[in-house]
Amino acid sequence: MFRNQYDTDVTTWSPAGRLFQVEYAMEAVKQGSAAIGLRSKTHVVLACVNKASSELSSYQKKIFKADDHIGVAIAGLTADGRVLCRYMRNECINYSYTYESQLPVGRLVVQLADKAQVCTQRSWKRPYGVGLLVGGLDESGAHLFYNCPSGNYFEYQAFAIGSRSQAAKTYLERKFESFMESSRDDLIKDALFALRETLQGEKLTSSTCTISVLGVGEAFHILEQETVQALISEFEIVGEEPPADDTAVPDASSGAGAGAGAGDQGAPADQDVAPMDI
Amino acid sequence: MATNLVDSTPAMNNLLGSESDSQRTLYDFCTSHYVESIYERTIRFDPWYPYVTGTSVVGIKYKDGILLAADMGGSYGSTLRYKGVERLKPVGKHSIIGASGEISDFQEIMRFLDELILSDNMWDDGNSLGPKEVHNYLTRVMYNRRNKFNPLWNSLVLGGVKNGQKYLGTVSMIGVHYEDNHVTTGFGNHLARPILRDEWHENLTFEEGVKLLEKCMRVLLYRDRSAVNKIQILKITEEGVGTFPPYSLKTYWNFSAFQNPTVGAEGSW
Repeated sequence: MFRNQYDTDVTTWSPAGRLFQVEYAMEAVKQGSAAIGLRSKTHVVLACVNKASSELSSYQKKIFKADDHIGVAIAGLTADGRVLCRYMRNECINYSYTYESQLPVGRLVVQLADKAQVCTQRSWKRPYGVGLLVGGLDESGAHLFYNCPSGNYFEYQAFAIGSRSQAAKTYLERKFESFMESSRDDLIKDALFALRETLQGEKLTSSTCTISVLGVGEAFHILEQETVQALISEFEIVGEEPPADDTAVPDASSGAGAGAGAGDQGAPADQDVAPMDI
Repeated sequence: MATNLVDSTPAMNNLLGSESDSQRTLYDFCTSHYVESIYERTIRFDPWYPYVTGTSVVGIKYKDGILLAADMGGSYGSTLRYKGVERLKPVGKHSIIGASGEISDFQEIMRFLDELILSDNMWDDGNSLGPKEVHNYLTRVMYNRRNKFNPLWNSLVLGGVKNGQKYLGTVSMIGVHYEDNHVTTGFGNHLARPILRDEWHENLTFEEGVKLLEKCMRVLLYRDRSAVNKIQILKITEEGVGTFPPYSLKTYWNFSAFQNPTVGAEGSW
């Protein structure tokens, strides 16, 4: 039942100086289906994999609009993500009521991180089980942040979270240096390529992914499915698929991970780090 | 009752209550009394009136930024009680404010603004509130206070430059706000605004701007009994705020109308 005697409440340290509940929350992010974000000087693209938890259900939305200039992609507990997104919407709307201008992205991210941090220091609370990629545009240009359950936040040129995000990260690490000067359409293209990496051979279609854009002169919006499909066909992402994986339809790891399918879409977890028995 | 409504004046009188009734209402409102609110706190209903007041502020856009002008008088009722009141202040890096009306309320507003700018600076993230943001904030504060039946008794002018964008606007004590190329408060709306409408143009140099403001201030000095001959000008450009020492305007009182003011004013003594 318990992994050790120090993980029953959030605020108790282990002798090794760790807070297990916070670490478990960080693991919850890895169980959600992948979300990626990348930016140029003027645009931010957020993308995610849609995964239905069963054949009979639809998938859950993972990309949200906080305001015209801020969008969020989440991985982890969708419910927590929606709570945080509602908070962000509130902050944005209150700021524009008071100042008639848009809330700087960096400030919203700090407020969000502070909110998450409080949950790591109160005995009657639990950390949020969700990681947020926050993309936004303000006076100082386009930004991409990652907020995690521990209350930490980081700014990135490009980043990926969620299950099998390492593959996307590898792709992004290889290419990010050119992103600053990229056009909007090139960013979307790279987003699709990075997203494909997380699928590990599964087919990338417009129904299995969501793409969103915001930038100078372009309010945050989620691309229409037809638009995405057209882009996928245009870039011939489907055609570039490695044929070796075609036969391995039942993914080996998904069978093993079935028992620990916790996250938002029940994506397979890395068994070595699966933290919680739910 | 319906017929009363469309009837002539006597019927209206009935609707509104008798003369003595309205007198009593007025009396009640002027005497402080306490009303129990739903939160079981007492709210005092007093009419608030200003004690020490400053008169008009004039603000214009010019080629490089914004110029504000105001005199330094502080009236205690109709007594010209103080003659060194600063009513033009910088707000952060990008804005300047000018206030007419209750001086102590303006001091409170400055406390709000200083706190606002301080907490904005404390983010230390390179973002800062521009004149538009400060103006909107002030509008919210003024309107919020009027909704509490406790207005800040001021008319404010807010100007500034940020990212090459000039901004000039005004807020009244009940939250009425607008932007324009030239704005004024109080008497200035009647005496200075017409001059500005005639003579203001986009490419005023600093010298031309000051001259235009002085023209306005001189008219105000002649015709506004609360004005004093000690004026201040404050400038803001992309480079920042520029302050100048207060000075007096040259005046000419030997117009025949001034020498013999009752001529042509029938019924006066």
